[in-house]
Amino acid sequence: MTALVLDDLEKSFGGLRVTAAVSLAVEPGERRLIIGPNGAGKTTLFNLITGELRPDRGSIRLFDREITRIPSRRRAHLGLARTYQIITLFAGETLLRNVTLSLLGRSRLRWNPFVRLGRQEALIAGARAALERVGLGHLADRPLGQTAYGERRRVEIAMALAQNPRILLLDEPFAGLSIAERRDVQDLLAAIPRDVTVVMIEHDMDVALDFAEQITVLHFGKVLVEGTRAAVVADPQTKEIYLGE
Amino acid sequence: MRWLALSVSLVLLATVPFWVASDYYVNIASQILLYAVFALGLNVLVGYTGLVSLGHAGLFGIAAYAGAIFINGGADHLIAILGALAATLLAAAVFAVLTLRGTGLGFVMITVALGQIVWGVAYRWISITNGDNGVSIATRPSPFGLSLATAPGFYWATLLVFLAAVVTIAIFVGSPFGASLRGTRDQPRRMNALGYHVWMIRFLAFLFSGLWSGVAGMLFLYYNQFVSPQVVALGASAEALLMVIAGGTGTLLGPIAGAALVVVMKNVARAYISRWNLVLGAIFVTIVIFMPEGLVPGSVRLWRWAVDRLHPRDVEPGRGARQKSGA
Repeated sequence: MTALVLDDLEKSFGGLRVTAAVSLAVEPGERRLIIGPNGAGKTTLFNLITGELRPDRGSIRLFDREITRIPSRRRAHLGLARTYQIITLFAGETLLRNVTLSLLGRSRLRWNPFVRLGRQEALIAGARAALERVGLGHLADRPLGQTAYGERRRVEIAMALAQNPRILLLDEPFAGLSIAERRDVQDLLAAIPRDVTVVMIEHDMDVALDFAEQITVLHFGKVLVEGTRAAVVADPQTKEIYLGE
Repeated sequence: MRWLALSVSLVLLATVPFWVASDYYVNIASQILLYAVFALGLNVLVGYTGLVSLGHAGLFGIAAYAGAIFINGGADHLIAILGALAATLLAAAVFAVLTLRGTGLGFVMITVALGQIVWGVAYRWISITNGDNGVSIATRPSPFGLSLATAPGFYWATLLVFLAAVVTIAIFVGSPFGASLRGTRDQPRRMNALGYHVWMIRFLAFLFSGLWSGVAGMLFLYYNQFVSPQVVALGASAEALLMVIAGGTGTLLGPIAGAALVVVMKNVARAYISRWNLVLGAIFVTIVIFMPEGLVPGSVRLWRWAVDRLHPRDVEPGRGARQKSGA
């Protein structure tokens, strides 16, 4: 069984081929890094995997299940969770409510108009636990608007982890963070159990390198180089397009 | 404190016919309550779902027309009410399917178009709606032998319906579904990625909103014992929207305050000032300038500000400012 298989995936915006015949396979429990310069089509690739965009051609399989035509909301229920590069959280709500909404998304309770959300002890305890996991337990009741950028990044990750995903897609989780905050996020990601497969996008190779086992280099929508960390770093093509040599 | 305020308001509301001077004012109180039900229903969509409808008078009117047609066809009042609400729900479902193709301005424009279609039918399909002359009904119902023909009787019945609306909507808003609804208002894309069915959530909210508009429409029919195309005109939709916006969108008390403001201005100010519309307009402009968030949240903000000013020592440094931004 393979966790995620992309087969000959193609997406164009007008005349621009943003994803050009991308094929890749991620094994269960793997830590995969997808790198590439800005405009390489990394976020578009994520949007195709989560279903926010429809591919023009090709197919996507999640744990051997064909999901190319499945709406994105149902992919969440199949165990696919993601974070966003541009943070999209609920600014007016508390951290706890943000994570509660994430948990609620996977619960049948979300359709219930009769009970009080504030009284759903199990759900709220789960949300608190998810916040504890990213070291934000003490800020649970603070409105998101009053937290720092680095804390919001961690809320993003807490929301994704709260859904108990089988595959986690991280879209530039280090973007805009200070060195200390990066270290926090790195520790956080290192602590994710192995039953979760993680695919991460990053354009800054240095910050994500420790994390990766397998690396895919994307350039102009195409897979340029793929392999183990050592092989990809040593590859002259990587150096040429990526390290600017 | 909260319970005290709630009990006092309940007692005051229940005893209106005893301390209000005449039937005229009792009737105005009934009007406030029935329009409050309408505004509360509209607010489910405008405030909590983030979809601005300018066609809700269409749903309000469909209930009133359907009720009148059922009653004049010889139906029992209970059947007429259930039939009218079923017709409203059906219309709301059609409205929702058509309007939910868009959000923002697109949504607004389609609601305007649908409201105008209802108006056109009411005005032109004379064999059913009696055109511009409207439809009258002979009697109000007498549930459990209690007559609603008198002003106090009708007021109490309206009050019960109003309280049912407030309680139902309060439960709805505080529920997991209510939280999902506000989530789709703030971050539809994120909600979709979290596994929520954004379209279906909005559709159900539209039905719920339409249902209360229909209930208000039935109250209107029984209050006036008459319905005409004016009821479904664009101006009526705009007035309901103004109630919600003036009072405060996305709050429970806002639409009630907004309804009270508009009804009082329409009825009371009209008696003293012939250009009462001008006064109403001036009041709205004032609200928009000083309380852009609406009367209820705006008053809360001003009240906190005043308290902070008068008793600065009661407040930890900086706390007042933070409360305001959170309110």
